[in-house]
Amino acid sequence: MTQPTPGTPGPEKPVEDPDASRPGPPADAAPDDRSGSQVLRQIVGGDVAISFLAIVIALALGGVLIAIADEDVMASLGYVFNAPGDFFGAAWTAVSDAYVALFRGAIFDFRAEEFERQIRPITESLTFATPLILAALGIAVGFRAGLFNIGAQGQIIIGAIFAAYVGFAWDLPPVLHLFLAVLGGALGGALWGFIPGILKARTGANEVIVTIMLNWIAVYLVSYILASGPFNPSGTGQRSPQVGPNAEFPRLIPDFLVPGNTFRLHWGFVVAIAATIFVWWLLERSTIGFEIRASGANPHAARTAGMSVGRVTVLTLVIAGALAGLAATSQVLIDRGSLTAGVAASYGFDAITVALLGRSKPLGTLLAGLLFGALQAGGTLMQSITSTPIDIVLVVQSVIVLLIAAPPLVRAIFRLPDPDAPPRRAAATKEAAA
Amino acid sequence: MSAPVIPVTAGTPSDDLPKSAEVLGKVSYRWPITYAVLALLSLLGLAGTLIVRDGAWGQTTTFQSRYGDQWFTIPNFSLPSLMMVLLLTAVLVAATVYAYQRARSRRELPAWLHIVVLLAFVLAFLTWAGAGKTSVIPVTSLLAGALALSVPLIFGAMSGVICERSGIINIAIEGQLLFGAFAAAVVASFFTAPYLGLVAAPIAGAMIGGLLAWFAVKYEVNQIIIGVVLNTLVLGLTSFFFSTVLADDRATWNARQPLGVIEIPVLSQIPILGPVLFRQTILVYLMYITVIVLQFMLFRSRWGLRTRAVGEHPRAADTVGIHVNKRRVWNTILGGAVAGLGGAFFTVGSGLAFGREMSAGNGFIALAAMILGKWNPMGALVAALMFGFSKNLVNVLSSIGSPMPSQLLLMLPYVITIFAVAGLVGRVRAPAAEGIPYTK
Amino acid sequence: MKLELRGITKVFGSLVANDHIDLVVEPGEIHALLGENGAGKSTLMNVLYGFYDPDGGQILLDDQVVDFDGPGDAVRAGIGMVHQHFMLVPVFTVVESVALGYEPTGRGGILDLEEARRKVVEISERFGFDVDPDAYIENLPVGVQQRVEIIKALSRDAKVLILDEPTAVLTPQETDTLIGIMGELKAAGTSIVFITHKLREVRAIADRITVIRRGKVVGQASPDSTETELASMMVGRSVSLAVDKGPAQPGENGLVVSDLTVLHGGTMCVDRLSFEVKCGEILAIAGVQGNGQTELAEVILGLEEATAGSIKLDGKELRGMSVRDRLRVGIGFVPEDRSTDGVVSSFSIAENLILDIYDTEPFAKGLSMSPAKVAENAVKRTEEFDVRLTDIQDPLSTLSGGNAQKVVLAREMSRPLRLLVASQPTRGLDVGSIEFVHNRIVAERDRQTPVLIVSTELDEVLALADRVAVMYRGRIVGIIDAAEAGPGGISRDVLGLMMAGVPHEDAVAQAATHQSRLAEADAAADGKDLS
Repeated sequence: MTQPTPGTPGPEKPVEDPDASRPGPPADAAPDDRSGSQVLRQIVGGDVAISFLAIVIALALGGVLIAIADEDVMASLGYVFNAPGDFFGAAWTAVSDAYVALFRGAIFDFRAEEFERQIRPITESLTFATPLILAALGIAVGFRAGLFNIGAQGQIIIGAIFAAYVGFAWDLPPVLHLFLAVLGGALGGALWGFIPGILKARTGANEVIVTIMLNWIAVYLVSYILASGPFNPSGTGQRSPQVGPNAEFPRLIPDFLVPGNTFRLHWGFVVAIAATIFVWWLLERSTIGFEIRASGANPHAARTAGMSVGRVTVLTLVIAGALAGLAATSQVLIDRGSLTAGVAASYGFDAITVALLGRSKPLGTLLAGLLFGALQAGGTLMQSITSTPIDIVLVVQSVIVLLIAAPPLVRAIFRLPDPDAPPRRAAATKEAAA
Repeated sequence: MSAPVIPVTAGTPSDDLPKSAEVLGKVSYRWPITYAVLALLSLLGLAGTLIVRDGAWGQTTTFQSRYGDQWFTIPNFSLPSLMMVLLLTAVLVAATVYAYQRARSRRELPAWLHIVVLLAFVLAFLTWAGAGKTSVIPVTSLLAGALALSVPLIFGAMSGVICERSGIINIAIEGQLLFGAFAAAVVASFFTAPYLGLVAAPIAGAMIGGLLAWFAVKYEVNQIIIGVVLNTLVLGLTSFFFSTVLADDRATWNARQPLGVIEIPVLSQIPILGPVLFRQTILVYLMYITVIVLQFMLFRSRWGLRTRAVGEHPRAADTVGIHVNKRRVWNTILGGAVAGLGGAFFTVGSGLAFGREMSAGNGFIALAAMILGKWNPMGALVAALMFGFSKNLVNVLSSIGSPMPSQLLLMLPYVITIFAVAGLVGRVRAPAAEGIPYTK
Repeated sequence: MKLELRGITKVFGSLVANDHIDLVVEPGEIHALLGENGAGKSTLMNVLYGFYDPDGGQILLDDQVVDFDGPGDAVRAGIGMVHQHFMLVPVFTVVESVALGYEPTGRGGILDLEEARRKVVEISERFGFDVDPDAYIENLPVGVQQRVEIIKALSRDAKVLILDEPTAVLTPQETDTLIGIMGELKAAGTSIVFITHKLREVRAIADRITVIRRGKVVGQASPDSTETELASMMVGRSVSLAVDKGPAQPGENGLVVSDLTVLHGGTMCVDRLSFEVKCGEILAIAGVQGNGQTELAEVILGLEEATAGSIKLDGKELRGMSVRDRLRVGIGFVPEDRSTDGVVSSFSIAENLILDIYDTEPFAKGLSMSPAKVAENAVKRTEEFDVRLTDIQDPLSTLSGGNAQKVVLAREMSRPLRLLVASQPTRGLDVGSIEFVHNRIVAERDRQTPVLIVSTELDEVLALADRVAVMYRGRIVGIIDAAEAGPGGISRDVLGLMMAGVPHEDAVAQAATHQSRLAEADAAADGKDLS
């Protein structure tokens, strides 16, 4: 029986074929498989191990690319047979420099002197992770409903437009201003999610194409808006006015904890955590989540059970868009934050890989977001120190996702057992019941 | 008024046939509404804004058809703008009325009507844009540019047709285009031979197609996901190498290597259309061949019959001895190669060096063209040409000083695509088994 | 050509579908393979046809061992198969469908469809099939599609023809025609292997019968055996073929359908249909698949809106109400296609048990659901309906067909119903589950619920129904009351003729003068029926 790709949407293949000669296992099948060997197989061949190994392979491949792109390595390749040590030495240096920089940028800078600078990297990772987690949660919800929301990028941009406007154009007391700006961001994203939702529900328009088209439209729209009126005080069309101080997310690490810190980490991260919990509740404990999961797994059965698949589609994409809009707020509603053309960076696409790695589950998405946020943070430092372009992070992320989408491939590479396959012994014949 | 069709089995007693139905299905006003919108836009947006200008009745638009060597060059001609626009608006209104009548009587609209409406609207728009301006509307060069810009879209759509008709959803067209562009640029630059780049492009596309096929067929991973991830992977790889190896030594790795324009004698001198169709790079000629061959092979050859069977009802194909998965894999690789070839347009086909993210969403517009074309090569061609035309319109309009801000014009192809997949398509039927991995 | 299967074994995971099966089919013989749903018949034929590789055993043709690499080899060796679910591409024409796989080509791989068309016409004329070579498969009625399948097999010069449950989609009259065709094929020297779970047919048609149960050959039988003998061999215990039900006590009208019309494109699927189902009675809609029954059921539930007419439940008009509202008003719906429309295979058994009531108390308060209540409900229902399972949190896909259908029934019957609609309630189920389902349906009727059954299985209709309405081409040809039908119950032959469109009185008249071959076989065996 085919396993659906973990965490991805798609209607199920009908399992019950009326003329299939395979009734399921009778209830009296003795469950003597739950032995120690089964547990071991689960650990070694199961999801977590696969994810870990996928990361290892991806980093290894990344290392190969880094080596190829390094000038010294290429130079020493020319005479590798005369002095192989040079080649391997150069390769090792290139790769290890890059990855050490990655670690120093992502987790812990052991070369820094003060404590504050030492733990700065991890705060950077969390800061990068915040928009990733939020956008990825939106995409994950879409996946569970069987919808491919490739439009997070556009949703972030539109959310940013709304949030920035509320931030700089209005003048309100502290908590209220931030709250409304965040709300504006969510509404903007929700709007950009509503469009593909309603189009799919009413006309059957393919949401992959519509969301991608909306991404491009959003890109041109933001560039147009930046060149006009209130968004363009300086006349350059590059940057909007900065958001007011009452509309900024406050810093998360207060001064008394780490004196004199200039960490960028802000309360948006808490919003991300809260969103994770919300999405968990939504999918697992709410009626809307039940409908979402049913429509994603089997829209026919959902309709026959009285659910309105069209309504679910619209609702799902609106929620997804809103979450992406929240991701935008963490880009815009910060100290000296403003709207620029590059406000969404590549978060919209990175978030897809995060959702896939997290298998569309809230907790998994959170963890995957943290991981990829760390890669971003580390990659930034890596780029500045070793001039390894940050695109390598994109490659590593894609390879990870490809591998975890195909667990048998990873198992094959490492020769691991499959915990779901029956253990190799002669199949016992079932006895006639009468 | 067509009577409802009632399927009859052999042996139906004749007096048991139902009398002609008193109850009929719902009428679809989709096309009349679309035409009405266009007519209204033309009336208010075009004619309306023109009329209010000073000296509106005296303004003219100049059209130019000069573009290279033709048998006889139609000299630039000027038309009175407002009159033209009003005339064309009248055509649109007439078409709307006609479409409404046909819709009410539940008859299909003839294809020529769509073309007439499209031409009328576009002509009206161009006339409006050029009204009273000194610069000319270069009709021929507009068409030629549109065709050129459609090249990656057409190749992409053909790739989509091949893959999806076999049952594999190919979202990775974007990545195949990009990788093809990259390979073409790098190989052409390294060997200083643009035609070698042209050979490398389909190989690069085939590699991505192979990856797609491998994950989709062997590991049965969701095909849309793989497509999206492959696009990201290609983006990352090409950007990585662009910023490192290519940037370090542009002369070796990323020099411009344009494919020369090849003029086909005699044919290229037909007025207006000649230069458009027959004064292009070899890539465009390859495109003609690809479309014609694919249209023929898909419906008249054994390969086509088996491919279509595999995409509609793979089990049925399997029971007559056709190797479903093998066929899907090879067709996907072929599709990847076709898309890769289309990617060569961005670099050697345009005489440009490789840049980040060059494919700019073309792969997805190509998919829209495929859907609009109902998975037929000819239909996809027409749809892709329409998109390509809208992309070129932006260039032309900005060169003559268009009244609309450039960013809004740049959105145009994407907005049109959305309208196309949402509105005009109606409910289309994709190959029945597409996206579903086949296991016994 | 003599066909022999020796010790064929086929295993799927831990399930042994075929266990050392031996079968011999002599040339020019009609050999029936009899077994209930899930016994392993189709798997065996798929092995013979080269679709599956056997895990053990051999296939011999004319005493030579053959090894098929795929269906292509089997076809070339002279084996043709007519599948139960047709292997026809809906968007192809008849000629293209027949040509697929062996396509005659000209130069360069270009198709030569004239050759294929010639074959279609030739075979069609030889057997009186009357098939239009240029028709699109999806526009053909089911009976004609089956003929295309047969043409496909014959066009490859099949010497052994395998027919998998061929009569599932035919009226008794069309079955008669098919039996005639099989006779002609046999006279021409073709061997036929005929797979079925219907006892009446094997007696009328087969030269020899092999009975399979749970993957093993249980024994040989002769066409003279009684139905009861055959049934016991098939199921392994004595089976009562009738449902234990008391007489109906119908009350007022529950469901009233008037002038219901459903239009699909230009086709009238349901044509001014009118009938009522009273509380406490079972009305069965009989008819061959494809005469509008599916659309009727969908329109009653609300999955599709009717074009005209009215549906009233307890006096309230249902048209215009959403599916959800109709379910809340008290409709219980058992869909025809369980796996596509009835259950979400990846959801747990517990979740499936509340699939259409998940947002009602006690399972949810407002938006928030309570897993504890869901689990509690699941434990209660699965016990009540005797669902064999390991854990209520397991995915539904772990259940067998019979148990999955019990889950659907448990769900629908777990709330007070004003109407039960069950479409093909026992399709694909083993005999034990069939009995269970039938008893439950009768129990619901005895609670004074109106019950509407839609079934293509005549046996089921005759066993369950208090009244039978026969549908043909979207109309009701006639409604027969079982109580008024006389001592023998409703006549199969009459029903069969009505299913082909003949009005009731004419059907009665015709049945009196002309017996179908099945009825002949019945009569012949009647003297020996020991039940």
